[in-house]
This record gives sequence, C-alpha cells and structure tokens, in this order.
Amino acid sequence: MSPRTFLPAEFKVVIDKEACTQCGRCVHQCGWNVYTFDEAERRPVPNHAKCVACHRCVTYCPGEAITIKKNELAFRESDSMSPALIKGIWRQAETGGVQLTGMGNDRPYLRIFDHLLLDACQVTNPSIDPLREPMELRTFLGRKPDLVEVVSSNGKPRLVVELDRQLQLETPILFGGMSYGSVSLNVHRSLAIAAKELGTFMNTGEGGLHADLEPYQDNIIVQCASGRFGVDSDYLKAGAAVEIKIGQGAKPGIGGHLPGEKIDYQVSVTRMIPQGTDALSPAPHHDIYSIEDLRQLIYALKEATDYKPVSVKIACVHNVAAIASGVVRAGADIIYLDGFRGGTGAAPTIIRDHVGIPIEIAIATVDQRMRDEGIRNRASIVAAGGIRGSADVAKAIALGADACAIGTAALVALGCHVCQKCHTGSCSWGICTQRPELTRRIDAEWGASQLVNLVHAWTHEIAEVLGALGVNAIESLRGSRERLRGLGLDTATLEILGVKPAGR
Amino acid sequence: MTERDTRVNAADSSSVRNVPTGPARKGPTGIEPARITAGQPGGARATAEREGSRVVLDGKGIYYKTLNEQIREEIENGATEVILNNIIGQRYIGTGLAYEGVTVLINGVPGNDLAAFMNGPTLIVNENAQDGVANTMNSGLVIIKGHAGDVLGYGMRGGSVYVRGNVGYRVGIHMKAYGSNLPLIVVGGHARDFLGEYMAGGEIVVLGLDSDVEAVVGSYVGTGMHAGVMYIRGEIADHQLGKEVRIAEPSESDQARIAEIVRHYCAVMGLDSEEVLRRPFHKIYPYTSRPYGRLYVY
Amino acid sequence: MRATSPSRLGQGVAPGKEFASRPVYREESEARILGGCGLMGVCNQSGARMSGELALRSMASMHDRGNGLGGGFAGYGIYPEFPELFCFHLLYSDDQAKDDTEFYLRRHFRVVMEEPIPTKPIRGIENEPILWRYFLDVSEERLHQTQLGVEDYVVHAVMDINSDIDGAFVASSGKNMGAFKGVGFPEEIGEFFRIDEYKGWTWTGHGRFPTNTPGWWGGAHPFALLDYSIVHNGEITSYGINERYLEMFGYRCSLQTDTEVVTYLFDLMLRRHKLPVEIACKVLASPFWNDIDRMPDDQRQLYTALRMVYGPALLNGPFAVVLGMSGGMVALNDRIKLRPLVAARHDDTIYVASEESAIREICPKPDESWMPRAGEPVVAVVSEGGKQEAMKASLSAGQRRIAKAPVTGGAQ
Repeated sequence: MSPRTFLPAEFKVVIDKEACTQCGRCVHQCGWNVYTFDEAERRPVPNHAKCVACHRCVTYCPGEAITIKKNELAFRESDSMSPALIKGIWRQAETGGVQLTGMGNDRPYLRIFDHLLLDACQVTNPSIDPLREPMELRTFLGRKPDLVEVVSSNGKPRLVVELDRQLQLETPILFGGMSYGSVSLNVHRSLAIAAKELGTFMNTGEGGLHADLEPYQDNIIVQCASGRFGVDSDYLKAGAAVEIKIGQGAKPGIGGHLPGEKIDYQVSVTRMIPQGTDALSPAPHHDIYSIEDLRQLIYALKEATDYKPVSVKIACVHNVAAIASGVVRAGADIIYLDGFRGGTGAAPTIIRDHVGIPIEIAIATVDQRMRDEGIRNRASIVAAGGIRGSADVAKAIALGADACAIGTAALVALGCHVCQKCHTGSCSWGICTQRPELTRRIDAEWGASQLVNLVHAWTHEIAEVLGALGVNAIESLRGSRERLRGLGLDTATLEILGVKPAGR
Repeated sequence: MTERDTRVNAADSSSVRNVPTGPARKGPTGIEPARITAGQPGGARATAEREGSRVVLDGKGIYYKTLNEQIREEIENGATEVILNNIIGQRYIGTGLAYEGVTVLINGVPGNDLAAFMNGPTLIVNENAQDGVANTMNSGLVIIKGHAGDVLGYGMRGGSVYVRGNVGYRVGIHMKAYGSNLPLIVVGGHARDFLGEYMAGGEIVVLGLDSDVEAVVGSYVGTGMHAGVMYIRGEIADHQLGKEVRIAEPSESDQARIAEIVRHYCAVMGLDSEEVLRRPFHKIYPYTSRPYGRLYVY
Repeated sequence: MRATSPSRLGQGVAPGKEFASRPVYREESEARILGGCGLMGVCNQSGARMSGELALRSMASMHDRGNGLGGGFAGYGIYPEFPELFCFHLLYSDDQAKDDTEFYLRRHFRVVMEEPIPTKPIRGIENEPILWRYFLDVSEERLHQTQLGVEDYVVHAVMDINSDIDGAFVASSGKNMGAFKGVGFPEEIGEFFRIDEYKGWTWTGHGRFPTNTPGWWGGAHPFALLDYSIVHNGEITSYGINERYLEMFGYRCSLQTDTEVVTYLFDLMLRRHKLPVEIACKVLASPFWNDIDRMPDDQRQLYTALRMVYGPALLNGPFAVVLGMSGGMVALNDRIKLRPLVAARHDDTIYVASEESAIREICPKPDESWMPRAGEPVVAVVSEGGKQEAMKASLSAGQRRIAKAPVTGGAQ
C-alpha cells in the first residue's frame, strides 16, 4: 500500500494544557489552518504537518501556552544526503513539480560581513562623540558631473553647470522593491509613510503603484520590470525616479514570480492580468537582449519622464563588474546590486540557493571597476541582499556602496518570522498575502512606526560607528576600505575585496 | 641570413626594454570629426513652418533629443498636427507624449521605440518603422504604411497599432487588458515567431494580405498566452502553436468583432474590406488562464 | 621565433628598476569583454568599387548604439596595386613590438612593401598604437620546407604574432582587403583612417559598446583572419566550448573577445572543411530539433549529421554577424533572432544593417528591403569578372601613400 506521503511534519506544536485558557484564539490567528477546536474536549487540536513555525499563535496566546519545536525525527547522519535533500526528492517524486520557496538563501555559504571588522580611533587621532556633535549622513543618489563650473556674479560665486536630478536621502538606508501582489497593500502603505517620514525612499516593486500611495509619491521609486505591470504614463510621472529591474539576487537569470493564489481582484486590476492566473514576469525584458537595448530603454524612460533619475537593478552574478560598467555607460544614474542572499516572495529553490555571488564581493568589484574606468561618479551604487543590521550597512559603505536597501529586514520589522512560506499566500502576519482577513492585521500607521523605529535605530548606530572612526560625514567612510580589516578570509577574497587582513 | 638573436637573449638587452613607454598622449588635439548624420548628438534645431495649428518640422540631421523637445514644445503651443520630414532613424518619436487630439505624421524611417509609453496621440508613418514600436503604449493610434520590426507592442496596455506590411519577431508580448483598456495590433502582412508570447489580454489580428506562399505566422505562436485572443487569416499548422493555446473557428461574436476591426483597418489603409473578409479566419485562444499552475510544488 | 621575455616581478628587482618588467598589453581584464553594438555591411555584387565613406556615414547614423569605445571597418578590393599579396595590418603598442614583429616577418615572408597606414589626427582618437601595413609573399621553398598550404602558413604566422609577441596585433591578414579599427566612435575611426580615400566592392562597419577598460585597439571589430572578417553584435554564451573546439584544430583564442571564435569557425568550415557557405551558417545557427524532425528524410539526415559533428560549433546567445570574404558577404542571425538585422537591395548592391535607417542613410530608395529570418543567411556574391574589371581601372585616386621604394628583405 503506497503511503499518502513520505514527508514527515517539520515542526511540532506543543501546548501546555495547564496554561491553555481554551480561548480558541490560535484557531483564528493561524493562516495555515493548523488548529481545529475540539468542542467536546474544549481544546485546540493542532495538525503538525501544516505548521510553518511563524509563531503567530505563540505571540497571541494569552496564556503563553504554545511553543513550537522542531520535529526531531532522527535520520542516519550524512553530510551528503541530508534530511533536507531527502525530503526534496520525496516532494518531487510525489508531485513532479519545481520546488518553490520564499525569502533569501539560507545555506551555509561564507558570510563575508561577519569576517570584516571596522576600525576605531585611539590616541593618535581622536574619535568623535555622535551624541553631542554633528554627524552627517545625508546621501545623494544620482549622476554627478566630473567637475563643477563656478563663475563670479556680483561678487558672489554662482554655479554654471546644472546637475542631473538627484535623490536626496537623510540616511543611507532605503527600502528595496517588493511588489504589490507579493506583499499586501498595507505593507506598501507602511513603507510609503515611513519613507516620507524618514526622508528616504521606498520602491513599488514590479506590481504597480496603488492609488492610495499617491500622497507619498515624492518618496517612491517606481519600477519598470519585464512584465511591465502597472506601467502607464501616470505611474512614470508619479515616482521620484524610475527603476528598471533586470534581475534580483534571489533569482538571478529568471523572471518574477507571483503564484495565482496571490492574484486577487485588486492585484489583478493593478497588474491588468486575469484574476487567479500566475503572474510570471518574463526572464529577460523582451526588448533588452544586449547592452545597447538597455541604453535604448533607459533613454526611452528618460524621454518619457523629462529626465528623472533612472536606476537599474541587477542581480550579482560572476561578471557583475563588467555588467555594472556597461549599465553605467548605458546611462543609468543609479545601479542597484542585489546579492545572492536577497529575499523574494517566490523563487525556485534551486535558483535561490545555488545561483549568484555575495553582495560584499559585488560592491567591491563594481566600485573598483568603475574607479579603474574613471566613471565612478556617473552612478551611485545601492547595495542590497540580506542586509541584516547597521554593521552590515557600515561595512557595505566602507566597501564602496553609496547606500543600502533593505527588504527582508523591513518585513521582519513588520512581524515577519522568516518562515519562508511567502509563496503560499497564507502569511499569518498579513504581510505577504492578499487574503483580506489576514491583510487587515497590519495597520499602516503602526507598521510605519515600526519601520521608522528600525531605521532611526540603525542610523544612530551608524553614527556611533562613524564617531568611533573619527569621521563626521558619511562621505569620508564611503569606499574607504582602509577602515576595514578581514579576519579569517583567504588571500584571494581579501584581494578581491581590496581589504587588508587584520594585523597589517 | 644571420640570426639576430643577440638582442634577444642577452642579459643587457632587457635594460633597453625597461624604459617605460612614457606619458600617453591625451587631451583634445586634431580635427573635430564631422557631424554628418542625424544619429550623432549635437547640431541645430529643426526649422519649423507653422500654419494655424499645423507645423512642419524638417528633421534632416536633427538629433532625436532636440527633435522630440521641439515636438513637445509645438504641441504645448497649440499645434494639433505635426508633420516631420526627412526622418532617418531618430529614436523615441512620440515617446511619453500624453495629448488627445494630436496627430504626428512622419515622412521617412523613424528610429527605435516609436510611440513607447505613448498616451493618446495618433502617429502615422508613411514608410517602414524599426524595432520597439508602441513599447508599453497606453493609448493612441499608430499607423505604419510599410513594415515594422521586432518587439512591437511589448507590454501594450491600450490603443491600436495598424501595420500595412509585415512585422518581425516577438510581437505583442505580454499585452494586457482591463475594462475599456483593450490594446489591438493589426498586421497586414505576416508575423514571425513568438507572436503574442505570454499575452494577458488584448487582440492581435494577422491578415497575410500579400503573400499566398509565405506562412502567415511563425512558430511558438501564443506560447504562455493566458488571456486575450488572436485572429489569423490564413492556415496555421499545429506545430506552429505554443503549448498553451488552441485553435478554433471563430464564433458569431468573434466574426462580428473581426469584421469591425477589418473594416476600420481597411478604411485607414485604403483597402477593400469585403475582399479581405472573404477568406476565413482562425481563432487562437488560451485554453487555461493558469498555464503554469501545475509546474510548482510548495 | 623568439619567445617573450619572462616577467621580472619577484626576481629581486634592484631599486630604481621598479618599471623593470615589460608591460603586457592586455589592457582588457582576464574576464571576457561583453559587448553590444551596431553593424552594417554593403556589397556591390557587380564588383564595382565604392568609397568607404558610405560605410562611415551608415555607422555614424547608428551613433547611439555604441559608446565610443570601439569602431572599425573592413574593406575588400582596396589594394588594387597588390591584389595577390597578403596585406598585414599591424597594431603596435611600442617600437619594441614593431621590431620584434618585423624580425619575424622578414624571417618568414618576403616583405614586398611596408609603410605606415595613412591616418589623420582626429579629436577624440587618442593613444593610437603604431599602425603599419606590410604586403607579403611566401616563397615556394618555405612552403615546401614547412609542408603547409600558403593559407595555413599565414594563419600560423598570425597566431604566432598575436599570442607570442606582446604588444603586437594583426588586425587583418588577407589579400586585397584590410581592417581599420580602434578605440573611438566608428565615424571617428573612419575619418582617422581616411577610409573615404579607399574604394572597395564590399565594406563592413561596426560600432562597439564594450564594458571594459578602454585602451586596446585590437579589441574593436572587425576580427579578421586571411580574407574573412567578422563584425558581430551580441554575446556568444557558448564561447567556452566554441573556444575549446577550435583549439583542437590549432586555433589559439588570445584576443579575449567572443567574436574571435566566429571568424575562426568560418575559416575552419569554409576554407579547411570546404563546406558551402549556407551549410556553414546552418552549423552556427542550427535549426531546432522540432524542425529537423519534420524535414524530408535526406534533409533530416544532413542536418542531424551536422548537429552531431559540429555541435560544439553551435553559437548560442543573441547574435547578428556580417562575414566579409573575398567572394562577397554573408549576414546571419541567431536562430531565434534576438538581435536586429535588416537587409535591402538596390540594383546589384546588397545592404545589411542593425537598423533600417542606417541603410536609408546611404541608399534612400532601395528596390526592396526585408527582415531576414532567424538562422537564414543573407548571401551576396561578387562576380569574379566584375572584380577584374574594377581592378583594371586606374589605381584608386587619392589613395595617398608615403612615397617609398619597396623594401625587400627576409626569406627569399
């Protein structure tokens, strides 16, 4: 007799019967319908196989009676044929399907940020106290000219050359693109309100711009992806800048992915596709098959928007430096690098886990290549892909980035527990779902305050780091690899990063 | 003939070659290269002849950026008919133009991305057009009296494109429709591979008017299509179709719509619509709105 | 033939000799150079010769397809004074490279004539290498000694110079043709090399959008070997295996650009394997198995055999190439036409280009214009009789050369 499935439950729900108040709240809170309420015994009964460890029930249980444990089903130890791989084979044998997952690469590849240490000043040059002294973190993203022409007019200096339009950020942190469709409208609202309050920017992602976000349009970057969802002239006029999405770190080389479960009526209207169908953005833009085609699209967008800044988002792959150089020469004002740890709402597991390169290497090589060619000022570098804290931001800037974008971290601030089930559309936290009973769980004002808190906290931490480094302006850290040392990295990696080993 | 190896292997020969090449020549010297085509940046503004609400611009040698700025200026100043002469390859004509009741007539061959992101105007091209016509076009009418190139109507969201001649590859990819926004592409001649790839709405009509021999459409027609419809006047073999579409005889309402489209097209192009409608059409449609629903496991 | 001297780095260099090692002129990085571009070709099938100014003007109209870091042209029929001699166009980074190369050439060829390639200073063209051309002959005795056909002999020499003499690069090595290329916009390069003063029955042109450190003139297109020249738009994603396949046949891919393999593949298939040009194109842009399975039996056998034997020669990735050769010109797209290519005909002349407007710039009213299908070559054939007629006419007026007595030297 063939089994229904080989796959064991991954987690086990453990309810402390003493503490359980039998309120039944867990039943309603869970988006994956783990619980049923046994009326006879007056207690919640969990179906362990459905639990994804999102902890919604844990957080909302008034008696704190629930905990989630790993299902410690013992497998014979094997470093090669691990339980995860065995389960993957079972899943595919039972369905014939491509394995899909959410969020970012969780495999144990080297985390380079964790092997970089920052400098501090002592004795020979003084550190600066960020609590009492000015610490400047204002950042401008866009194309800067090689030089500035100044004439004297009525005894006062006057600028002759007109600079290209820039995006002004009060902190070197912005929000990365997450499409409406992959996340809920309330998440977009939270991001927009927070961006405006922080003086930074959010990004619509490839799902279009909902009308509710119109008051915040000066703080929104609109994205033009290969599916061209929601791209009309109002959309292009609304944003402060336009971003062409060529790729993203979680799934380099393949297209966008919105399973039909997440295409409700509103999403279908915004994207102009049938409800319930899968929204697969094509892998390449079908009008970009070579670098001069990208240039053609960049200037088409500039012509259509009266020369707003155009950003190009690329995934970090092996020859990212050469690609970035080409993209900058094609006319991009901002280049957005997405490393292999970047998150996603849905991607085939094989692509998410095995394709791409780390953002640290990408920043270092792109920054160096642009300097070698003398074109570093033509575009600003935004780094993204698993930026987890202010230390990562500071190190990324020291390696050469102008600013960092956060996606996963922003969602975590809104309650995400990184359970990697975004693609199912059943997010109990109301973040990456379109089900109305779930999406109402995020209040936009509350969400915005969470995000503002997070970014403020990180900004203060970066100010502390700058103070310790003895600089009071972020320009003096940007690209200053001299302030970093590597610990436990091999020679080749250190050379590529342009960072000395600790001790030298 | 003597071997001249002595300067090669001798130890002191390397000292001759240790001299650095010296400072490289840099900086502007020499003759300025001639500016001989409209494709090169710089140059003057186009001469304009105005008569009421009509303006004629001579595009000879005018770079696209200047030309497009002038077109916008003229329309802002009240022109409703803009005639462009001597156009050879200027890009982005009509790009982003958002005006109703404006017509731009182009004499010559316009460059890539004609009418990209356009919202409203009518563009008439008296000769051939190039690649990227009506890229993500929102609304308006584009009439091309000759042939058009590849990637026409990519991501089109509304409006119509009428081509008298042939079109190239990857036409009508990912067209989208919602409510009254219904994009339409009508091709008088034939189309090549990947027609209507990943269509999510809208209509494509291919008439195959001038060739009885050439295939009216190429291979991989409608691959990934999940909404919208195509009407093809000519024979299509099964192997030409993408996996997600089926072919059928048009229903009565289909026939009515076909006739409506063909009559308007023929009126614009000066053709006999009854002659065109005499040959039978086939309908290509997606048989599921979720072609990739079974592909993934969660 | 001599080897290059080893690098002196790490050999206890004495103070004051920090610039000790000879610069290696690989200004491009070790990684491959990506490129995007625009191209054109014009071929007068009757053999009548046209001024290079046509190619220059056509490329100038596609200015925005490039970024000024590469441009070049190839002309056929441009040296009517020496139609039977191999003309080597050399780019030298310094005098030492020139000396070394001339040593090599004199040893292995009979140098009938040598002179600088005429240029004029153009704003925007800077750091040009030393540019010389040599009209060469190979003695029967040398061929007998080496047991090589004359063309294989020349190919060997070109590979030797390109791979082993640092700072020297052979831009073209064919009879009665030449490649003119460098770092700059194509119209600037064309003016620099004064190509309007040459006349040929075939011209190809190219403007490059490379994504690498500018500096190496050899990286521009066309890539030429014997009388085959290639201009290429796109990227060859199968480069890794194409290169290793060619190495089996003795070609050395030293130029860090994927386009190189296209030239060598055509040389292999057309000259050495003597395949008809249409078949060679079907190797590079093979039909899909779906289409082969539906062909009649004899066709199916042929194409299956081609794919089996020449599988590693299949070019994958978006491309449009124009091949110039002594017999004419061939333009080819990849098999799903991911790069633009438009063709036109006026009387006997065939035009191809990345954009139709580039053709209209030099041919305002063609008799017909069309878009070639994916994988279907556009073939132009120059009539031999026409060529002879054109050559009998007086030498191309205005083709100024620095007056110099022909220099003979080297192997007799």
